[in-house]
Amino acid sequence: MDWILAILETLLFIGAAPLLAGWTKRVKCRLQNRKPPSLLQPYRDLLKLYRKQPILPHPASWIFRAAPYVVFAATVLTAAFVPLVAVNLPTAKIADVIVLVGFFALARTFLVLAGMDIGTAFGGMGSSREMTIASLAEPAMLMAVFTLAMSAHTTNLSQAMNYVLDTGLVLRPSFVFALGGLMLVAVAETGRIPVDNPATHLELTMIHEAMILEYSGRWLALIEWASQIKLMLYGVLIANIFFPWGIARDFSPESIGIGVGMIALKLALLAILLVLSETAFAKMRIFRVQEYLSFAYLLSVLGLLSHIILEAARVHH
Amino acid sequence: MSLFLAYLAVLAALLSAVTAAIDGRSPWIDAFIAKGLGRWPQQLARVRHSLAAEDYAARHRQLLFTLLGGSGIAALLAGIGALASGAPLVDTLPFGLPWLSWHTRLDPLSGFFLCVLGLPLIAVALYGPGYVREFEHGKHSLTTLGLTTGMFVAGMELVLLADDALLFMIAWELMSVASYFLVAFQHEHAANRRAAFLYLLMAEVGAIAIILAYGVLAGFGGGLTFDALRCAALSPLWASIAFVLALTGFGMKAGLVPLHAWLPEAHPVAPSHISALMSGVMLKIAVYGFIRFAFDLLDQILWQWGILVLVIGSASAVLGILYALQQQNLKRLLAYSSVENIGIVFTALGLSLIFLSNGDTALGTLGLVGGLLHCLNHALFKSLLFLGAGAILHQTHEQSLENMGGLIHRMPKLANVFLVGTLSIAALPPLNGFVSEWLIFQTALQAGSIQSGVLRSLIPTASAVLALTSALAATCFVKVYGVAFLGLPRSGHIAHAKEVGHRGMLAGPALLAACCVLIGILPAPLINSLGNLTHQLTGADLGNISTLGWLWLTPVAPEVASYAPALVVIGILAVGWLCYHLLYRRTGLEPRRAEPWDCGFGGLPARMQYTSGAFSMPIRRIFQPAFEVQETLEETREGPAGTRVTVLRYRFQVLDKAWLGLYEPAGRGVLHLARWVGRLQTGNIRTYLGYSFFTLIFLLWVIS
Amino acid sequence: MSITDLDLYSQAILLLAGLIALTSFLMLGQSRLVRLVFIFAVQGCLLAGATAMAAGVLNYPHLYISAGLSLLLKGIVIPLLLHRLIHRMGLHREMDTIDHPARLMMGGTALVVFSYYVSLPIVQHSTLVTLNAIAVSLAVVLLGMLLMISRRQAVAHVVGFMSIENGLFFAAVVSTYGMPMVVELGVAFDVLVAAVVFGVFFFQIRASIDSLNVDRLSKLTEVER
Repeated sequence: MDWILAILETLLFIGAAPLLAGWTKRVKCRLQNRKPPSLLQPYRDLLKLYRKQPILPHPASWIFRAAPYVVFAATVLTAAFVPLVAVNLPTAKIADVIVLVGFFALARTFLVLAGMDIGTAFGGMGSSREMTIASLAEPAMLMAVFTLAMSAHTTNLSQAMNYVLDTGLVLRPSFVFALGGLMLVAVAETGRIPVDNPATHLELTMIHEAMILEYSGRWLALIEWASQIKLMLYGVLIANIFFPWGIARDFSPESIGIGVGMIALKLALLAILLVLSETAFAKMRIFRVQEYLSFAYLLSVLGLLSHIILEAARVHH
Repeated sequence: MSLFLAYLAVLAALLSAVTAAIDGRSPWIDAFIAKGLGRWPQQLARVRHSLAAEDYAARHRQLLFTLLGGSGIAALLAGIGALASGAPLVDTLPFGLPWLSWHTRLDPLSGFFLCVLGLPLIAVALYGPGYVREFEHGKHSLTTLGLTTGMFVAGMELVLLADDALLFMIAWELMSVASYFLVAFQHEHAANRRAAFLYLLMAEVGAIAIILAYGVLAGFGGGLTFDALRCAALSPLWASIAFVLALTGFGMKAGLVPLHAWLPEAHPVAPSHISALMSGVMLKIAVYGFIRFAFDLLDQILWQWGILVLVIGSASAVLGILYALQQQNLKRLLAYSSVENIGIVFTALGLSLIFLSNGDTALGTLGLVGGLLHCLNHALFKSLLFLGAGAILHQTHEQSLENMGGLIHRMPKLANVFLVGTLSIAALPPLNGFVSEWLIFQTALQAGSIQSGVLRSLIPTASAVLALTSALAATCFVKVYGVAFLGLPRSGHIAHAKEVGHRGMLAGPALLAACCVLIGILPAPLINSLGNLTHQLTGADLGNISTLGWLWLTPVAPEVASYAPALVVIGILAVGWLCYHLLYRRTGLEPRRAEPWDCGFGGLPARMQYTSGAFSMPIRRIFQPAFEVQETLEETREGPAGTRVTVLRYRFQVLDKAWLGLYEPAGRGVLHLARWVGRLQTGNIRTYLGYSFFTLIFLLWVIS
Repeated sequence: MSITDLDLYSQAILLLAGLIALTSFLMLGQSRLVRLVFIFAVQGCLLAGATAMAAGVLNYPHLYISAGLSLLLKGIVIPLLLHRLIHRMGLHREMDTIDHPARLMMGGTALVVFSYYVSLPIVQHSTLVTLNAIAVSLAVVLLGMLLMISRRQAVAHVVGFMSIENGLFFAAVVSTYGMPMVVELGVAFDVLVAAVVFGVFFFQIRASIDSLNVDRLSKLTEVER
């Protein structure tokens, strides 16, 4: 029964990811005084891509063909580990948050390899930039996660959420810092402004898009879908770790209903926040990104230090 | 039985050395055979015939490597036996000085490292016959290669079996000197001779430090056997001195920053299967020495040692991978990455030391297990990658990444095997590199249980460095694979490359790749089998590691962290297959081949691809303070007033800061000192007579 | 005793302590003077918030006055003064480059750990929960000094100096719930006077060496080279 629920939750996660992307796009259009497309537009785009014949560039090997499947499978699996509407599901036990970061790395590695597989300048450029950014973002993310793990004494996401729920509202300086760090990392890792522009059409400014420039048809559909899931994953991580209230702690229909409603609300709000920052800031030069990410890292380190200095149990002699 | 197998392994390695030394075609062998078989002319003719046969060389080679492989299998079996039984087996050999016979001992710790040695050795034995064939007609005799290889392997095995400081040092020197000859094998290049000399010099300096460390222990313990050394009651100061000496000596062999300078010089110039053994196995022998000394022989552990090891380990890890990322020579890159991995192992050992000194045995054990597992993993994937690099070298005579590209189309089987190694070393789930790093992270995250706040803040910082390291390692090896195997070939050699012909040359790496995958997916049984080992060293084992079953890893407790790699693999395969089925089988739309996007200008030659140097440029710029980069830009200009640039040539070289900052000043200092001492040599005979005269008077005074 | 056992008031004080430390770090990494002054203003406001919270919860009405004063002086007046100064001297486009930002940040982090280590004995012998924040205020003082050491612009030195004062003030608020009123008023006006004097001083420096780069001050040496 638990397993069925877990699979259903994963399906919900995968299914809702394009909706979140649609919502983000819609809010952005509204904010920039444009007429928004329908909320369901991402689904139509995916369907359209699915029906098209894909094109395989000449120098490509099996890596290029396999990469979309690996990327999608790895992302779906991470979605399965992250509690969306309910904690204590059996899938959450399979992997902890470090494995989650590892799976992001696996997906990224295959995308980057695919970018280099086509033997063009753009592919290499995107790959090199993506790896550079990732290698700076990953430590910042792990540091933020460690802050959390040291408070909650666990790296298991479900247990961490339980811990936050059990202790109730506590104003932790470390959580504020970790939240800040994680948000910055999320923006960098999902390729949003100011680090990367997902809507750009100029090859030289691309990062993520340059890597997948050669993809088309069903492969592109898979990659697009995977990146939508990834965006949602970061949203869910931020929403459910730092503000887990409303998530279902038992599997009764009411609490699951509340869980679905709450997570939808939280994600919608986060998306608005993301769009606001995307509208307010301009894209950075690539070598400014290191400053941005080192700021994220600094925030995470300060989070850890404030956990140790300000929050940890003190011994009275 | 296990000890017998271990002896058998040493014997087989020595036999391989002897076999190599006896070249059947040399005249004195012929004379020997003629004398021995003189009475039976028929047999003599047959023997002579077989020696003169075409395939004699091949069979000789085969025998040599079969013996090495036998040594590997015996070592592996002995190791498994020792790990399983747990009881140490002790023996005394009637060699050595009359009053100092050799003591040997096989306990779980040496058993584990025998396994670490055995697996790569078997792969090398499969790989070797094909690889050394090209040396057959070269300038260098296979005799030296085979002889020193056998001695080298035997030396390493004896280090593991040694139970007294004397035998340990003899074996250690055998290993060092034999490997010196292996590094110097292709000695016609001045650079190789220089690398070999540097290696020998640093190996000997390290050996002196180790001897001094044993000396301190022996001074208090009153004997050279390890049992006597264990009983030495040291004051914390003397223990610290011994510890620092041992860390220096073993660290120099293991390649810890800043004592790593020999490693990126020596490993690339040795023949590739030897590089695999040196990087994959010999560095682990140094780690073994360190563990034996710090965890077993020393009777106490201070937390300051843990900090020292942690800091040095973290520095090695991050600097090693940063330098690896900037290398253009594939084997040099792999050598720097060994520095990184040894750094990770020492980070884990440092954590373990800190927890143990803090009295937290369970967490100390966890750190130790993480470190040991990473040793094994590194032995597997680094040997695999070195063998792969050797296969590329063998087929194309190309070492520089800047000239490679597109090998996946030309060497598809090798490319697949190499991919496994790449993903493992990049610490990606669900392969083995990730498991050990995950365990180390889990250890670091338990820092909350330590009382001292400064330590509590230091450990997570070290783990953040570890996170940076693993992210950079992924970047580095993605670069290696992407530049070498994917895209278009960047030179003619590579464009005409062919798949490896010799079956063993693929089977060796494939064996290692299979081990990588197996350990990655089912690590729990392996970790459980280390229980005897950890009992021996820390007195505890990881009781909770498989609370949820043998598919799961739960290093501390199920609610703290759990990971089930097998389930993850099943999940990923299921999802991947489902997608493939739905998207490919159902639509049936075959992809169409086309030219890649070229902005409409047409013609994308191989030179327009990103090169290895270009790929790592952002990292080079971001971490600029860590490097000493020399860049040259040559321009050829044409047209009126030279405004039009027609040719641009960019070169860069990344120099090791440790070399510039530490070794060159030290070298200059030594030279200066030598020159100063050299003033004694005036060249005047009367001065020399004066020296003798004063020495005589001094000695007479002393005697009286 | 860990944070979960505290009341919300103490938690909020700790949170503000963390944010004040963050502003110190941001100042350390900021190379533009205008933004530096802005962050300084934010720090002043956070400080005022912390004081006001202490006043409200502990029912010490005189702390309201200190809160108001610090908001007024450190959050508004002095930053505005400095801002105007920067614009009048044409420094708002100038970058005060930091030589080794990464090392500076690592040094800053090490200082935080160090001040924690130093303040450990005090913290352990006290029952006042927010004493934990003393480590942070000490760190703010040290970071202010580091800011002064690492910069060349005299304006940045003033900001560093003021942030040292902020650190001391915060320490006073969290450890003893404020100093006597007379002292506080005196200090506040001292700071204001210091800001004005610095302003005059800047013009003097610039008149004599034509720059506000303090490295140039070494020109004024009387020792023959």
